[in-house]
Amino acid sequence: MLNAADLDTLFLTFRVASLATLLLLLLGTPLAWKLARSRSRWKGVINSVVALPLVLPPTVLGFYLLVLMGPAGVVGKFTLWLGIGTLPFSFGGLVVASVLYSLPFVVQPLQNAFVAVGEAPLEAAATLGAGPLDRFFSVALPLAKPGFLTAGVLGFTHTVGEFGVVLMVGGNIPDKTRVVSVQIYNHVEALEYGQAHWLAGGLLIFSFLVLLLLYNSQQTQTLTQSLK
Amino acid sequence: MTMSKVPSIQARLRLAYDQFDLDVDLNLPASGVTVLFGHSGSGKTTLLRCIAGLERPKEGFLKIGATLWQDSDSDFFLPTHQRNLAYVFQEANLFPHLSVRGNLDYAVRRLRAKDRVFSLEQAIELLAIAPLLDRLPARLSGGERQRVAIARALAASPDVLLMDEPLASLDEQRKQDILPYLTGLHQNLQIPILYVTHSLQEVNQLADHLLVMAAGKALACGPLAETLTRLDGPMALDRQAASVWQGKLISHEAEYHLSHAEFAGGSLSLPYMDMPVGSSVRIRIYARDVSITLQPPEASSILNILPAGVLALSEMGQGQTVVQLAVGDEVLLAHITQKSAMLLGVQPGMAVYVQIKGTSIVR
Repeated sequence: MLNAADLDTLFLTFRVASLATLLLLLLGTPLAWKLARSRSRWKGVINSVVALPLVLPPTVLGFYLLVLMGPAGVVGKFTLWLGIGTLPFSFGGLVVASVLYSLPFVVQPLQNAFVAVGEAPLEAAATLGAGPLDRFFSVALPLAKPGFLTAGVLGFTHTVGEFGVVLMVGGNIPDKTRVVSVQIYNHVEALEYGQAHWLAGGLLIFSFLVLLLLYNSQQTQTLTQSLK
Repeated sequence: MTMSKVPSIQARLRLAYDQFDLDVDLNLPASGVTVLFGHSGSGKTTLLRCIAGLERPKEGFLKIGATLWQDSDSDFFLPTHQRNLAYVFQEANLFPHLSVRGNLDYAVRRLRAKDRVFSLEQAIELLAIAPLLDRLPARLSGGERQRVAIARALAASPDVLLMDEPLASLDEQRKQDILPYLTGLHQNLQIPILYVTHSLQEVNQLADHLLVMAAGKALACGPLAETLTRLDGPMALDRQAASVWQGKLISHEAEYHLSHAEFAGGSLSLPYMDMPVGSSVRIRIYARDVSITLQPPEASSILNILPAGVLALSEMGQGQTVVQLAVGDEVLLAHITQKSAMLLGVQPGMAVYVQIKGTSIVR
């Protein structure tokens, strides 16, 4: 059975993933909207930066984040100046790392959804008197709704499932940064296979159910399409 | 009435494009339907989009009545949503996430005009869409969708209504279903309508004024009857060239399946039409259906023979000549062979008779 420490890691994981998903949707939506509509030559550069976590080993991302957010890094100096200490090995650092690591899983479905909305309904809205912000909220957002569901689910589940970045940036501190994936690793290291089964199996079933829900809710679109 | 006396829509626009440069300087009238006619790629849709502000020409001056919409000299460009216009797109372009009612409300909630010239109820009634209000656009037929799009445009209470080939994506039957609504608009609306089409049929049926475009330029612009029959314009030389006359129904002759109508050019016998005496009718007379004689024929199977005066003539090539004739106060075109023109000695100022072999009622 799950022990108290396991439950703590589950609860922490849920908090990190929820907060990260919320931030991802808030940051990802304007970014995806700009990318979907931009014809700038910088678009390729930004698209590539956003997609980097898809191809980089998580340890590379974790390493650079550690350096940047550490006391000698640019971000670290800034957070020290703000008086909130440094981010590595803290809950905040974990959330920041998760947001960056899961960014493509949120931005790309949103971007594809906005591209699929197309210019036509937005032009119709403009001719009926809707300004740019009005057009975004009254037309683009509702028409891109399936993309938001995909983005939210992928962002959440991917954050729950991360390991490398978490270990690099968060470490393995009980109650603070020890998430489920790290706890499974701990159990396996300690040869507690029974405990590992409970958590690993739970994660497996959870991920499967969420994806099943997603596929059933939008049968026409496959996840690979939205993650093109 | 000539167009230059009512300079209500002034548009001087230049826009560089791949295939052509749009370059126009126009004064369009304040009322009625102005049809922008031309083949695809002539720039008519681009012109309409420039007027709507959906394209932004580098050089442009655009004034609707007293309201300035664009003046590139002073770097002024009013964005689309602040221009009090409405636009009917070729594909109805309804909001798929809103019901028909939701689509109409979208326009009503964003009214730009201080005074509504048109109420939502009127729009719903005119386009007969009351039974459709609760449906989603995906559940409408193509024709219904276009009717809702037109109603939505009217519900916006615009100063000018822009229509970009609203019938082009519909099959022939649906076109015929919608055309009566469009002619109805024409009779019920005070605002000017700019209507883009490449269909001569729609020109003849809907236009009060005609703007003919090719390669981004305006080839001719003026009242319909005048523009169709100008020998220096592109329409008179076309194989489908026709004159359009507007008149009034004066009697029926049911036993012969005929109706009689009075025009400024004289009275004509027309195929019977089921309309009350006194109704206004618009007919089209193809230039190829008009022949010329010097004497009134003593006996002819052709019913419509009228005295006329030759105004001008011009060679069309391939042995054809187009003759412009004054018939009463109307102008009529005739396409005859170059040889006939020579044998009859047709020349300006000559008195002749025209025989009209066929007419069709377009409205």
